[in-house]
Amino acid sequence: MEILEDLLYTEDHEWVRKENGEIVEGITDYAQSELSDIVYVELPDEGRTIRKGEAIGTIEAVKTVIDVIAAVSGTIIEVNRKLDEHPESINEDPYEDGWIVRIKVDDPAELETLLDASEYNKLIKKE
Amino acid sequence: MKKTPLYKKHIECNGKMVEFADFIMPIQYSSIIKEIKAVRNSIGLFDVSHMGEIEVSGADALDFVNWITTNDVSSLKTWQIQYTTMLYPDGGIVDDLLVYRLPERFLLVVNASNHNKDVEWIRENKKGDIDIRDRADDYFQIALQGPEAEKIIKRIIKGDPAKIKFYWATEEEIEGNKVILSRTGYTGEDGFEIYGNPSSGPEIWDILMEEGEKEDIIPCGLGSRDILRLEMGYCLYGNDITKDTTPLEAGLAWLLKMENNEFIGKESLVKQKKEGITRRLVGIQIKDRTIPRHGYLIYKDGNRIGEITSGSHSPILNHPIAMGYVDKPYNKKGTIIEIEVRDRLIEAEVVSLPFWKNGTLKR
Repeated sequence: MEILEDLLYTEDHEWVRKENGEIVEGITDYAQSELSDIVYVELPDEGRTIRKGEAIGTIEAVKTVIDVIAAVSGTIIEVNRKLDEHPESINEDPYEDGWIVRIKVDDPAELETLLDASEYNKLIKKE
Repeated sequence: MKKTPLYKKHIECNGKMVEFADFIMPIQYSSIIKEIKAVRNSIGLFDVSHMGEIEVSGADALDFVNWITTNDVSSLKTWQIQYTTMLYPDGGIVDDLLVYRLPERFLLVVNASNHNKDVEWIRENKKGDIDIRDRADDYFQIALQGPEAEKIIKRIIKGDPAKIKFYWATEEEIEGNKVILSRTGYTGEDGFEIYGNPSSGPEIWDILMEEGEKEDIIPCGLGSRDILRLEMGYCLYGNDITKDTTPLEAGLAWLLKMENNEFIGKESLVKQKKEGITRRLVGIQIKDRTIPRHGYLIYKDGNRIGEITSGSHSPILNHPIAMGYVDKPYNKKGTIIEIEVRDRLIEAEVVSLPFWKNGTLKR
């Protein structure tokens, strides 16, 4: 299972990439592999303000459905519209083409509560 | 947790193993969608050894099997197979199953999840000169499914598989291993199911994987099996049929032979038929891409009229499909209904089954 060193992670299996006061969020390689065969991603509206822990979208896989959980509080400034046509991008490339939302972060301190790669690695070893 | 005789093959093939009906089974190998496409377009191989086999023999075996099942077993010739149901006296379904009429005996092939319950139920209702034997541990069962199935079977048996008609079986040998070979399946495509001694299971699996290489055979798991059957509108026990549903409600009236044929549950069904059913299992097509799942509620004009029993994405049709019970008269084809999905209602339409109408199975 691929875990990238330079990303932050949540206990709900989202990854977060910091980019100048904004973050890009997606689901981890572990999460996509558990879900398998993603066929539809319901994305939130751009401009929506969100709170950490809130469900901001859903991912429908053949066998099951999960919520996408906001890793931080902030405003959604962009969603990955390519997922409308190619939801399988999340299976194929969860950390790049399969990104889900870009969020303008309210409080950068919130990022410090997220897991680093080694902590996330420990988490999925337990599951 | 039980392992089938093919457990090691699943590990070799990188199967993603899950718990199912006391067994550890592969839900998928590569990808559910890829596996479904293999079966629809070419060929796929399934381990279905978790299915239960119950043998009934003795002088009164025919009458007894006819008494516990709803279809007419007496119409079967030796080596012929019948799809049927077993009912409780109230008309609720104990299980759906295949009855194989073999020389001197009947083989009942039942759902893994109901196997113990079925053995108990059959023993409880025992009458006449019969012998009931649980043979589940004496067989492996492999399903070879897809339009290329006959071609592959032809290369590994002496006989001509073209002579095995749909829902017929024969005895054959594969590399010296005796098997029962039947033209049956749960996918809507042409295909065969193979039963044999558990010790020969892995060898026969390998032979099929090797022989099928030219046709791009891949192993397929329970995940693809579930969607393949849903695309055909086939019922899954525990979802679409249960002890609380009757064959009349489930659209399985064709499995009921009511005339000059007595079986457990018949009186209740005669009554239900006379009074008319109040709900019916239907096919449901969704207008957007949200997938309705088992247990989601169905509404019409703000009133709850039913519940989804099975739902998934159909890779071959590329949209969501579902089955569910709806109250009459909303079971009529073309009726627009609504399904509650995470606090909102999505529009759907009652459609005729099967969803997949181009299957290659040979009727």
